[in-house]
Amino acid sequence: MKIVVVDYGMGNVQSIINALSQFKDVNIILSDNQDEIMSADGLILPGVGAFKRAMRELKRRNLPNVLERYILQKEGVFLGICLGMQLLFESSEEFGYTEGLGFIKGSVEYFPRDVSDKLPHVSWNSIEMQELNWNDTIFSGIKNKDDFYFVHSYICKPNNLDIILSKTEYGGINFCSSIQQGNIYACQFHPEKSANSGLNVMKNFIDIVKKGK
Amino acid sequence: MNKIRIIARIDINNDSVVKGRCLEGLKKIGRPNEMSKKYYEKGVDEIVFLDAVASLYDRNSLIDILKQATKETFVPITIGGGIKTIKDIKDALSAGADKVAINTQAVKNLDFIREAVQIFGSQAIIGSVVARRHRYRWEAFIDNAKHRTHKDAVDWAVELEKAGAGEIMITSIDNDGRQKGFDVELVDAITKRVSIPVIASGGAGSSNDVIKLCKNTSCDAVAVASLIHYGVENISDIKNKMKDNNIGVRL
Repeated sequence: MKIVVVDYGMGNVQSIINALSQFKDVNIILSDNQDEIMSADGLILPGVGAFKRAMRELKRRNLPNVLERYILQKEGVFLGICLGMQLLFESSEEFGYTEGLGFIKGSVEYFPRDVSDKLPHVSWNSIEMQELNWNDTIFSGIKNKDDFYFVHSYICKPNNLDIILSKTEYGGINFCSSIQQGNIYACQFHPEKSANSGLNVMKNFIDIVKKGK
Repeated sequence: MNKIRIIARIDINNDSVVKGRCLEGLKKIGRPNEMSKKYYEKGVDEIVFLDAVASLYDRNSLIDILKQATKETFVPITIGGGIKTIKDIKDALSAGADKVAINTQAVKNLDFIREAVQIFGSQAIIGSVVARRHRYRWEAFIDNAKHRTHKDAVDWAVELEKAGAGEIMITSIDNDGRQKGFDVELVDAITKRVSIPVIASGGAGSSNDVIKLCKNTSCDAVAVASLIHYGVENISDIKNKMKDNNIGVRL
């Protein structure tokens, strides 16, 4: 089973590889090569840093096109982490309007002005179950309100609220902290930095990849 | 309720964990990776490795320790001490660090912080302020507390925020290693002036000290060293007592 972590120069990829390495029978490849990506059983888009620069780095490697083929046409199992979640949306207002990959309808916006706590949101915080059941998702076996590690100032606002897998409250604002739409999974927090709960999310993702194979 | 992060601060000299008092008289007390793994298993929220004398002797021995730590501890990891160039930051982040803490080089050239933030993002850059008290004010020090800067530590924290740092780590030289409590006034003064998360370091001798700090300031994270290194209390004891005192914490 092959999991490809997309290499586009943004983010702490080593930590994701180390977390995946905890589990057996996983061949982990860091790559920006389209053949590697298209032949992956599971694909992870990592990312920390700025949206605009990330889109530029993806385009420079012709990756938007490849990701579209993997995610939308092949409907391969996919996990976006942090900025890798935000990039899936149509646009972000970070450093001015920037177009995103547009695979998920909606936008990425700065925390509302009435947020009553400090930004960036750098903290462990709990995720709350919504309408979507967590069984057989990346949160299978995760307790409702379990804590994960967040680092971000922008939040995802999907048009379709039914794809929200969890919400999180910070400074009086309830925001979408993870989504699922078919084989697309994405989370705002960092599972690779969220101790045992995070490793369980990684394991669930691997299990979903195995089933899909 | 916002959750306060409990950070294990591990000061390093060569391949050993060291601890002194007031950042002086460093003694070897353990192996870095053994200690980081133990704290991870006890539920620590974050780990900070600081090369204790790096900026003084112009070297950085942390990369190997960092590589090992990221294979066995799945929480955010920061390294600091002797970071001088963009390449130093790049090396640290590609070895698996999530953030770097910068003090001396920021004082020498604040543009270094601006440039680092442009490249790596605010979330990766911690402005480290090492402060010594002069009656009712504090002065920022560099080179592991060896040299003065003549800068007011609180004003300096504001400058670091303006330059784009994503967090401030404030270390009290006077209280470091003495295990008699934090300099609550220093932490309070800084949290009132900056709007980014603040990590308080220097002086924890018991969970009561941590609780007192959290009750009296709006700090976001607490770094502990002697308290856990010498086995006075472990991470889970501290967190449970925080919870008993209605302080938000991850259990």
